[in-house]
Amino acid sequence: MQSQRGAALIAAPRVHLTASEWRQLRTAAPFVLPWVIGFFAFTLYPIIYSLYLSFQSYSGFGDAVPVGFANYKHMFTDPLFFKSLYNTAYYTLLAVPIGLVVAIVLAMLMNQNVREVAIYRAAFYLPSILPLFALTFIFIVLLNPGFGLVNFFLGLFHVPTINWLGDPSWTKVSVVILAQLGAGGPALIFLASLRAVPTELYESARLEGAGPLRRFWHITVPLITPVILYDLLYGTILGLQIFTPAYILVGGTSGGAAYTAGPDNSLLFYVFYLYKNAFQYSDMGYASAMAWVLFLISIVLALLIMRWSQYWVHYEGA
Amino acid sequence: MATAREAREAPAPPLTVAHFPRPRPPLMDRLVPKGVLVRIGLIIACIFFLLPFYWMVNSAVKTTAELTNFPPTLIPQVFDFGNFYRAVTYIPFGTFLLNSVLLTSGVTLGAAMSNPLIAYGFSRVKWPGRDFVFGICMATIFLPFPVLIVALFDIFAKLGWINTFLPMIVPAFFGSPFFIFLMRQFYLSLPNEISEAARIDGANEFQVFLHIILPLAKPAVAAVTIFAAVQAWGEFLAPLLFLQDESKYPLSIGLQFYRQSHDVAYNLLMAASTLIVLPIVALFIAFQRFFIQGVTAGSIKG
Repeated sequence: MQSQRGAALIAAPRVHLTASEWRQLRTAAPFVLPWVIGFFAFTLYPIIYSLYLSFQSYSGFGDAVPVGFANYKHMFTDPLFFKSLYNTAYYTLLAVPIGLVVAIVLAMLMNQNVREVAIYRAAFYLPSILPLFALTFIFIVLLNPGFGLVNFFLGLFHVPTINWLGDPSWTKVSVVILAQLGAGGPALIFLASLRAVPTELYESARLEGAGPLRRFWHITVPLITPVILYDLLYGTILGLQIFTPAYILVGGTSGGAAYTAGPDNSLLFYVFYLYKNAFQYSDMGYASAMAWVLFLISIVLALLIMRWSQYWVHYEGA
Repeated sequence: MATAREAREAPAPPLTVAHFPRPRPPLMDRLVPKGVLVRIGLIIACIFFLLPFYWMVNSAVKTTAELTNFPPTLIPQVFDFGNFYRAVTYIPFGTFLLNSVLLTSGVTLGAAMSNPLIAYGFSRVKWPGRDFVFGICMATIFLPFPVLIVALFDIFAKLGWINTFLPMIVPAFFGSPFFIFLMRQFYLSLPNEISEAARIDGANEFQVFLHIILPLAKPAVAAVTIFAAVQAWGEFLAPLLFLQDESKYPLSIGLQFYRQSHDVAYNLLMAASTLIVLPIVALFIAFQRFFIQGVTAGSIKG
């Protein structure tokens, strides 16, 4: 979507302005200025400020003491830092591809030619606008090893009881499943691009004897690659910042979260650990260094995905 | 080039196109009436996506004994609607609700006021460097919010904003890239001639915005408003960080209190969740059109 214009936008604007261009700027300023001010105050300044904090020892109160690269060096000897990095990578690598497939399948279901399709669209989309914290609480009930519906259902197929939220090898999978409830949002964007595919393409492919799978792979997929790219980018960034479900699943403010982050710290995601450092251990300096590392990781991943996408994204008319 | 009208008036061409032999439909299509298989798939998917919602309501009206029994009952044997009353008295639900309403109203007002204005400057006014600045704005969509939380906390603490709603509400008045994108898409679909005509009549740019374009953009403003409200209602991380007093908590944070001790009041938790989710479901049913248009930025009909 917007990313496809990204490459052309990086060209820096000219500096010398004519009188009429100044007039244009004066006209536009009242409209755009709120965003510009907000960008400086609530985005750019905090980023720069946390870079400064990352070189300090700072508890949030009193004065910050410069410590050079100590916060960054500490990461290399902090097993929990690597644990949180591992958990986040594990989650993102699982959630993004699964989320992509679920969203596309959902979009194709939403695109079926049945009269009551609007009802299905509404049903698939609704969970994605429900508050994540509420869905997480519902999952606690659904996945309960003692009385949960999910294990009861799996038990009908003689699947042994799974301790979804108590067994460290299943906790992250539970969060991945939970995240799929939000697939309705991206599915709607996919649906829009599915419907933009000219039907003549399918017709002529059918006449030439292409089956449904070949039609999907050679017509549908190329035409929705721009949305796939957007979904990959946005999904990855969302995956990196997974926090709320983990925080609630391990017990939240009312107890558990202060000490553990799930069995064997299996839900200690990157942002969760950052949060703990900043707001439970009052180590704002270390948390800021972690924030900057996360910032760099997300930039590098976004650039890598954009670079990779040049090999498979198909732009109409390009 | 033949226009549609000419084509319609022209005599029907003789049927000289080779008649393709119709391929035999696949076996499944011959055995099952059309649409049945598709509907089975759709309904199974529906069950998966609506199950959490159903289970929430189902658990909300069960007694504790029935809820913690195995196997779970798909339909409650006893409907205990008293759970709703107990749920709102078990925790200071009224306080949390009021805080949620205040927070949501503030954020929604900010979003509804700022985004239509900002997006106008990015689409219907020409100025040097516009697309470059817009590119930066869009790039911030891909900036993880947690990158900012430590610095923001310190900044807000120095401003004395901790434990107030200001850290959530004030930034909303400065626009959000998603909503700016959505509004801009809509503005771009309006022809330029409308603005030109008003400008020739002597209107300044702000008048064009307020009296000509904004009334036409009502559906998009509605979409932004609804999305902002839904988002603010479900916001978790920011209130968790910036609010410390229990009396300031919105429902998202307050729900934690159903499991103060080791004992979790699951049915009350689900009853409260039902009450929290209900306004969003109502909003969705009432304004479905705007949700769909909003997500797809006007590129889909129906």
